[in-house]
Amino acid sequence: MNNPYLPYPVRIQRVEIATEDKSLRTFDFEFIHPEHAEAFTYLPGQFAELSVPGYGEAPIGIASSPTEGSHLTFTVSKAGVVTSKLHSMEEGEIMGVRGPLGHPYPLGEMEGKNIVILAGGYAVTTLRSTMVWLLHPDNRDKYGEITFVYGARTPGMLLYKDLLEEWDARSDVNTYITIDNEVEGWDKYVGFVPQIADQVSPKPDNAVALVCGPPVMIKFTQPVLDKMGWTGDQIIMSLENRMKCGVGICGRCNVGPYYVCKDGPVFTKAQLDELPKEY
Amino acid sequence: MHDKIIAKKDLDSFVRSLAQSRDVFAPVRDKASMGWAQIDSADNLEFDFLNTDFSPKAFFFPQNERLMHFTNSSRDEDGMIMEEEPPRDREQVLLNIRPCDAKAFCVLDLVFCQDENAPDVYWKDKRDKTVLIGLACKAPCPTCFCTSVNCGPHHEEGLDMLLVDLGEDLLARPLTDKGQELAADLQDAPQEAVDQAAGQKKASEEAITSTVDMSKINERPVLEEYEHPYFDRVFEACINCGTCTFYCPTCHCFDIQDETQDEFGHRVRNWDTCMSWLFTHHTSGHNPRGTKKDRVRQRFMHKFKYMPIKLGGAIGCVGCGRCTRKCPVNIDVRTVVNSMNE
Ligand SMILES: Cc1cc2nc3c(=O)[nH]c(=O)nc-3n(C[C@H](O)[C@H](O)[C@H](O)COP(=O)(O)OP(=O)(O)OC[C@H]3O[C@@H](n4cnc5c(N)ncnc54)[C@H](O)[C@@H]3O)c2cc1C
Ligand code: SF4
Ligand code: SF4
Ligand code: FES
Repeated sequence: MNNPYLPYPVRIQRVEIATEDKSLRTFDFEFIHPEHAEAFTYLPGQFAELSVPGYGEAPIGIASSPTEGSHLTFTVSKAGVVTSKLHSMEEGEIMGVRGPLGHPYPLGEMEGKNIVILAGGYAVTTLRSTMVWLLHPDNRDKYGEITFVYGARTPGMLLYKDLLEEWDARSDVNTYITIDNEVEGWDKYVGFVPQIADQVSPKPDNAVALVCGPPVMIKFTQPVLDKMGWTGDQIIMSLENRMKCGVGICGRCNVGPYYVCKDGPVFTKAQLDELPKEY
Repeated sequence: MHDKIIAKKDLDSFVRSLAQSRDVFAPVRDKASMGWAQIDSADNLEFDFLNTDFSPKAFFFPQNERLMHFTNSSRDEDGMIMEEEPPRDREQVLLNIRPCDAKAFCVLDLVFCQDENAPDVYWKDKRDKTVLIGLACKAPCPTCFCTSVNCGPHHEEGLDMLLVDLGEDLLARPLTDKGQELAADLQDAPQEAVDQAAGQKKASEEAITSTVDMSKINERPVLEEYEHPYFDRVFEACINCGTCTFYCPTCHCFDIQDETQDEFGHRVRNWDTCMSWLFTHHTSGHNPRGTKKDRVRQRFMHKFKYMPIKLGGAIGCVGCGRCTRKCPVNIDVRTVVNSMNE
């Protein structure tokens, strides 16, 4: 019988200041006990509770892909009590990770389809995981065309720049990296994600779209997808709500009858259309 | 399993034998109210009471509970690693628990133990180590409506044994192996006692005249019920005090917090309430249930619409009437449900 509240002890392996405004840091963790690394089997789209003893826990999307090895990567925005403490922690320090929690993206159902990823701001974390997973030699052949649109305010706010370069250079993925406004030396796209999506105009035929970003991006992306004929069951989103238990017990994160932690965080647009907008 | 009989005058030795190897708790009178207290004899046992003020949920889900502890030091080799609190070392008995409160535990089992490989170990440990001996309701209170929410004054679900007060004697009905074991030394009940208990059951059920109707709530899609115009009015009187949630035997929302003192730290869970705006407040300042209307609606939608959908028809209410009795502004759950059903 596993205790769902007990975090696995981990060691901070690497800390990186991820953006120019220093509001985001990327952490790599290694499990202290190999059997915990073994037990932590996850897929892109799932999240975990980062547990800092004495401060509490914060739910954070898993940015690494299981295809990268047994370490875990998270990119954390400095927000409140736990995340601020995390930002002060250094390599070698011991803390906890509890998970994996929630459902992954429906990677099985997505097989054989074209995939369109629309990401804005730091919501790109679990989509990093997804991209790495999809592009892995074991998986790439199972999917059709892959289109990746990702926008940030400025070049310095883009996460995972090395990977973006790598994907941009690949011929088996259409990469569109965009920033909000023109900046000297920037040779990629300029404009908000919905505008770029409009230009790219991905076709809905036999396709699935994963859309993650701040509420305003979602709001303006929706009409663009509607115009191109995308239906609610082809659009997959990932929700965030305040959480504690992460396992559907504490009653905090529900949207109608469903718990974002346990039944989500991944939902289709069609599912969400039937539910109260309590997120 | 045969119904047994026990004379009230022999209860003392029954309680004393229970208490030899277990902690025994029962409702006892404390001035004007009834509360749960540990007993080691039958001296303070009561048979004429409605129900305890507080529900007994704290026996399995304490208002504050330590889940884990850790050494609060990065210098210590084992520091900053959470360790589980040890399980209970003694069994406990809840004697004279009302059937509705036992039924509430069955509903909460569906929540706390939804994942059989990773149940809420703190809830489960105490549940597994507890015997529930119920006392059927002879004179239900005017706020009770158990019979319309899958429960009743002689409801047996969740109990190991049901006692029915027959005056001089108690009928004792073992319902599980644990109950059978405790009843092993008791005499079989004569047929007239069994008949008398059956008559009392019928009379008690008939004495419960208030009902709720959920038929339309069950039929409607979630969003349609959510947008019911009734919610525009009911919230106005509510002051979001959370009293209803703390008294309710099926309310189970909690918060988790860390506490430290020098080198010692622990993680605790505390009862929380969906009536508080902080409950859902995001760090960004956004709040998905930012208004009082949202929160009042959540409490009733959760119990009467969301829980039945999630839990295979189980309702998040057992009709005990505590919320109605305790609400400072007289919000009556029966009126709310019946209005939601209009
Ligand atoms: C599925 C999911 C995935 C996520 N993925 C990411 C991600 O990849 N990266 C990322 O950066 N973020 C992510 N988030 C958001 C992240 O979880 C929050 O930013 C984080 O939980 C904030 O935690 P905190 O402890 O820093 O803030 P807190 O301090 O907990 O702040 C919460 C809010 O509650 C208030 N509060 C907290 N405690 C108390 C108290 N005791 N009394 C009164 N008020 C209190 C605070 O004022 C604050 O407004 C994700 C969230 C979810 C649900
Ligand atoms: S909602 Fe009210 S009547 Fe129903 S179980 Fe809770 S306290 Fe009792
Ligand atoms: S007890 Fe009454 S006033 Fe207080 S939160 Fe509940 S319904 Fe509102
Ligand atoms: S975080 Fe506890 S129910 Fe979702």
